[in-house]
Amino acid sequence: MSCAIHARGLRFRYPNGVVGLDGVDLHVRHGERVAVLGPNGAGKTTLMLQLNGLLRGEGELEVAGLPVGNGDLRELRAAVGLVFQDPDDQLFMPTVAEDVAFGPLNLGLDRDAVRERVDRALAAVRMAGIADRAPHQLSLGQRRRVAIATVLAMRPRLLVLDEPSANLDPRARRELLEILDAIDRTMLVVTHDLPFAAQLCDRAVLLSGGSVVADGPCREILADEPLLAAHDLELPAGFDLARVSYAPAHGRRRDAPPLRLHGGGHDPQVAEVRR
Amino acid sequence: MSAHLHRTGVAGDPASAIHRLDPRAKLAGFAGITAVAVSTPLRAWPAFGACALALGAIAAVARVGPGTVWLRSRVILPLVVLVAAFLPFVRGGPAIDVGPLSVSEAGVATFASVAAKALIGTVSAVLLAATTSFPDVLHALERMRAPRLLVVIAAFMYRYVFVIADEARRMRAALAARAYRPRHLGQVATLGRMVTALFLRSYERGERVYLAMLARGYAGTMPRLGVLAFGRADVAFVAALVVVLVPIRVVAELAA
Repeated sequence: MSCAIHARGLRFRYPNGVVGLDGVDLHVRHGERVAVLGPNGAGKTTLMLQLNGLLRGEGELEVAGLPVGNGDLRELRAAVGLVFQDPDDQLFMPTVAEDVAFGPLNLGLDRDAVRERVDRALAAVRMAGIADRAPHQLSLGQRRRVAIATVLAMRPRLLVLDEPSANLDPRARRELLEILDAIDRTMLVVTHDLPFAAQLCDRAVLLSGGSVVADGPCREILADEPLLAAHDLELPAGFDLARVSYAPAHGRRRDAPPLRLHGGGHDPQVAEVRR
Repeated sequence: MSAHLHRTGVAGDPASAIHRLDPRAKLAGFAGITAVAVSTPLRAWPAFGACALALGAIAAVARVGPGTVWLRSRVILPLVVLVAAFLPFVRGGPAIDVGPLSVSEAGVATFASVAAKALIGTVSAVLLAATTSFPDVLHALERMRAPRLLVVIAAFMYRYVFVIADEARRMRAALAARAYRPRHLGQVATLGRMVTALFLRSYERGERVYLAMLARGYAGTMPRLGVLAFGRADVAFVAALVVVLVPIRVVAELAA
């Protein structure tokens, strides 16, 4: 069973001419947790939508062992769980239970199996007991956790989260971090929240202008201030990377490939900032 | 607006015999009561009385208090009654003097009947909403073969009306925070722009929701997790209403 992403020369242009992706090469191995960092408009969300066939561009893309493009979309969508940024977009059913059940029912599972999955998925995000509530009765942090449950219930092989920590208060953010850390799955976390990335992911990919400009251990990338600055990113004032307690789930640290700066490290923007 | 939205939902004792009925039984029952009241000839007071008694009994069993019924009815009742309020003034026939006004006797009687019908219909809807969650009503409609598209639209409306109302509230607060208080017609244009912005936001949200649906394998039909079971209690509930209301309705027809 493959849980990886293999993207080679992925290009995508929106109908209005805006370039979303401009030749993305990305390889993610089974069990890796990768933070996808980048400024606004870098192509992060576009990349995410490619991964389960919601957008289709040029280039080679294989996700979870399934070629994206000519394969079975249903199988692909079961394998890749997308968690959207705004939980109000993701939770569209009248009750939490029905929303979590939506995916598994679409997969054609019988009702008992679906109910079991709903219970487990809600328990995994510590939201058991709110199954019959309506989404509008929940706080943003709770809705975001339920949104993750809606995807977990489909038992995807790859979890892709878009800005999971956006607009959360510190406590909800910490709880979300703990919940995600306990999920043992290949994970792609699209985020602006660099400390969140540092705490959750061992590898980071920096996307800018539709292509990958850096790829390597999360801490090394986050420690490279000129690189971050060149792409409109920065750590919060006073944030000390050295004090981040990175605790990989299940006591194993996944090794990330060494830092690679694409373009041979001669990024003119970076050079400018370094000077 | 939000105040009214939050005055919806299940009320009374959620464990009552009425709350536990199959939503199809309740939908059929309340629709039946309304149909009897609306279709009964004017001035057939025994039939209206029977409908009112049935509603009163249901409310008592469900422990939905008169306060709740009144608060919720108040939202729609004035609109319904307003239409009938002109009847006493436009009907001909013998007139009665009420202070400076002269009203038609037949008109007053018609008004009373129409108001009674409106009241029964409104209270039926209020009791249905107080004893059945909206998702359950939708489920019942779907199972009773209501057009699927309408049910789906109603479901999305229920889910997003709160989100949109929240957005509208925030926008109004933002306008008020910058001292917006429309005093003449020219300033109302701002409200128009606000409505446009709300529409565009909702339209964009619609696209994102659709993507989220596709991402979880949506293939054209909305799947359902729950199953409805029409049991003995449900049969008894519907049968009791039929036994009480149908004969009275028929007698009213013959008497008229």
